[in-house]
Formats: sequence, structure tokens, C-alpha cells
Amino acid sequence: MGARSASEHSRERAASSLPARAGVGFKSVHLADIEASARDVGFFEIHAENYMGAGGTPHAQLMRLRRDSPLSIHGVGLSIGGAEPLDREHLGRLRTLVERYDPAACSEHLAWSTQGARFLNDLLPLPYNAATLAYVIAHVDEIQEALGRPILLENPAAYLRFRSSEYSEVDFLREVVRRTDCRLLLDVTNVYVSATNLAFSAEDYIDAFPMSYVEEIHLAGYAEDVDEIGDPLLIDAHCAPVPDAVWRLYDHALSRRGPVATLIEWDNDVPSWPTLLAQATRAQTFLERSRRAVEDSLRSEALHDDLG
Amino acid sequence: MTTSADFDQGAFVRALLDPELPPPNELETPGGFPPERRFAVYRNNVCVGLVDALAERFPICVQLVGDEFFRAMAQCYVRAFQPRSPMLFEYGEEFATFVSEFEPARELPYLPDVARLEYAVGQAYHAADAAPLPLDLIRALPLDRMESATAALHPSTHVIASKHPIVSIWRRHMSDEKMGPLELDRGEEALVVRPQLAIMVAALPAGGSAFVDALRRGRTFGEAVNAASGVAADFNLTDCLRELLVTGAFVAVSVAH
Repeated sequence: MGARSASEHSRERAASSLPARAGVGFKSVHLADIEASARDVGFFEIHAENYMGAGGTPHAQLMRLRRDSPLSIHGVGLSIGGAEPLDREHLGRLRTLVERYDPAACSEHLAWSTQGARFLNDLLPLPYNAATLAYVIAHVDEIQEALGRPILLENPAAYLRFRSSEYSEVDFLREVVRRTDCRLLLDVTNVYVSATNLAFSAEDYIDAFPMSYVEEIHLAGYAEDVDEIGDPLLIDAHCAPVPDAVWRLYDHALSRRGPVATLIEWDNDVPSWPTLLAQATRAQTFLERSRRAVEDSLRSEALHDDLG
Repeated sequence: MTTSADFDQGAFVRALLDPELPPPNELETPGGFPPERRFAVYRNNVCVGLVDALAERFPICVQLVGDEFFRAMAQCYVRAFQPRSPMLFEYGEEFATFVSEFEPARELPYLPDVARLEYAVGQAYHAADAAPLPLDLIRALPLDRMESATAALHPSTHVIASKHPIVSIWRRHMSDEKMGPLELDRGEEALVVRPQLAIMVAALPAGGSAFVDALRRGRTFGEAVNAASGVAADFNLTDCLRELLVTGAFVAVSVAH
């Protein structure tokens, strides 16, 4: 075949040019505070679907934000993990948004949200097997072809598993990366939530994750509940500060990955700007420690070479 | 070929939307316990998320009926109508009609039209940008030739004719001003425009919404006046034009030569 595949095409461009700094999810209530501050966050992330109207305040605000800060566009509606064909109209709207704002990164979820022309407004789970792998790969290829760039695919929060799964989530994601050349968005809170809910080791998951393809990390707070037999049931609610256990897991991820763009997600019960900024500042201290650790190890390697 | 890999998303969605149905049997929990509580997380996310979206979209309806009533009503709507696209700002198109047929809300006959007004406001918020006709061009319009002129309306323009005072209700809920009792059977015709970023809601004189609808369909000013007069014999063109010009509802007027 003469035509190049989508994956060959997308390899020519880096997936993300986000700085290896802490960013926050943009909320319009914070715009005045953001503009009055020294813009001491590394980037802002928006949900693509909130900016798919033609005009008005959303775009006026986003233009102002984009002028001075790198932007990450995070889609929640493409339903990559659904068996049905992608909604081409919706993909077209995403392409228009990406062309309009030229974001530093574009990401979506390993999940589905649309079935039979109904959008369910949640990130729903899929089994991990050969059949689902085939359509996830086809969907990622199609999106990357349409956008002309690789996307970052995010690991979901899980509450249940499927009897028909044949792959672990990490193996499934690794296979999608291998076949599409997409990159990954590692949601550390989702790892912690899934590990608690499905009784596996979060550290083992991080250790197995294909870390060299991770170009962004998400951190958020979760809600706590219990199931029928009193086991903890954590819910990915983006409604609270990042818990200590998630910070520790984040530190572990950084020790494998090195510093990488990290987003504080806080979408419900949105806090005041200083509270949100304090979370980003905390992530920034982890990133700086990780950067020093990388520099120290490079220095000692250089020293080794000199002596050797 | 049928394998264990086939995943029935339709069945998954039916179980999501109907709490009477058991969770899909392809789901399991680590301890082998029933998955009800865990599946309920998805049920709750879908339902609460969409009810929240409606509450955000129809804040005056929430104020009029109270949070508890609104959420119960919205939940019935969510079960009957799911969004057709991931753009949640389009969700709720049938909400006003649903409310008009919702038996427990019958005591508030103005509620459906308030919902219509709020939906129009949401549409206007996201509508395309366009510059309203500047004042100097308005002044230069040849009044003697307006009969055959046509107009381009601002893309955010909506009109809602109601048998109830929906603009007064809107104003009352948007401001803290104390106002006297409303005559709930006095109809008002609402105009919604977003000339720059701020939304304008104004009352048009009787017949005004027919006038705007006619202009939107490309009719001339003369034809639009006839349409308005057909609805309201005492249609006041001067008052109507003043409201439309002040709110910035015209982006262009074409006068035939």
C-alpha cells in the first residue's frame, strides 16, 4: 500500500509540548484571579466539549487564557472505548477546536460514553480483549489522522471488572500505544481508585506502566464510600484535595518517569483559586525534587565516564 | 463469530438507566460479591451528572419549584431523554415540553415558558459572535424605503411568546429588587440577544415575536409588520424596533434599490 498509515504519519510530531510543570483545570470563576496573579502555573487544561459552541464568553475567556499559557485540550466525549463508529461530527468539532487554539496536548479516555446516539455523560468501562482492542486501535488511529497529531490516552477509574477481559489494563494500553503510536496520560488517582476497588497493588501497576510514553499526569481527590460487604469503594469525583496516598504514588511514578506535566483536576465543589494553586504548588515541589534527582544521577554518570 | 469478547453495550445502558434491572452479568467484583453497589456508581454518575447539568441550565426553574422538586422532575426527564451529543449545553431541548406534560407541575402553568426562555438564554450564550449594527448606520437607514428592506438578525437572537409574564419573572429572579405581585395571566413576548458577551432579555410589544420570526425567515419589514399585525391588531412597530435596535438584535439591514 502506498498510503502511509496514521501511526507513521503521527510519529513525525511530538504528542505534547506541555512544560514539565504543574498545571490546573481551568474554571471560569478563577479567570480574574489567574489574570491578577503572576501565572505561576505551568499550563491550563480545558474539557473540549465545553468549548464547542460557536462563540460567546467561553471562547472570549479561552483566547485570553491561551495568549499567555500553554493549553491542554482534554476530551470527554469521543467514546473511544465504544464498539460503535466514532461520531464524525464530534471529531470534526474537536478538530476545529484544536485548529483554533493549537494546544500543547490533546487527550482522551480509554472509556465509552455514547451508545445508540445517546450520550451518557460518564466514562464507562470496557472489557480488555482482542475485540475491544481492535476497535480502540481503529478509533485512536482515526482521531490521530483527523487531528494530524498523536493524542494522549488516559487510564480510567474502575469500580468493577469484566469476566471477558483477557488483558490487564496496562498490557491493553501498551498494545494500543504499540499499534497506534499514541502516548499516555497517567491518572495516578485513577490508579489508586482502581487498585483499591479491584484489590490490586497500585505500586505494581505503576511499575508495569509503559512510563516512557507518559506525557502527562493527572492528580485529583476522590470520594470515599463502602460496598455491600464493607470494603472501601473509592469514587473518582474530582471534588477534593489530592490525598496523601495519591501524592506518595505520584512520587513513585515520578521516580520512574522523571518530571512530566502534571495536572490538578478539581471539577466539582470548585475551590477558591488560592486553594487550587496550593495543590499545584505542591505538585511543583515534587516535580522539582524529581528534576534534581535526574540531574544528580546524570552528573554521577558523567563523573563515572570521566573516571572510567 | 460469537466469542466471550462480544460486549453488549446496549444492555449495559439499559441497566444504567433503569435501576429496576440487575447489573449486566458480565461484571464481577474482586471478592465475587454482587456488583450492585459498584454498578450504582455508574448509575449515579450518569443520573446525577445530567440532573446537575439541567439544574445549571434552568436555574430560575430551580428557584421557582425548589431544589428537591426540580431534581425529582429532572430525574424523570433524564430517564426519558438522554443527550444526543457530548455537548451538554445543548441538553434539555425537550425539557420545556416535558415540564408542560409533567402532572405535578401543572399548578405552575408559566413554568414551561420560563424553561423555554432559559433554554434560549443558554443557546444565546454559546451562539456565534457578530457585531450589532452600529448607531451611525441605524441613523442612516432610509425610513421611506424600509418597507421592502430585509434584516440579518444576530445569531444569538431568540423570541418566546408566552401567555405569562416570563420576562418579568426572569427579571425578578435575576435581581434582588423587590417587586409587587405579578399578574400571572398577563402575557409577555421575550427577546433574547447576546450582542457582545452579556445576555439581554427584553419584552417585545405584542406581535413582536411574529415580527422577528418573519424577519428571520428573510421576509421584508413590510411583510413582518403584516405578520405581527395578524397576531396583535395593535402591534406597535416603533416600540418593537426600538427594543430590537437597543438590544443589538440587527447585524445588517439590506435596503433594495
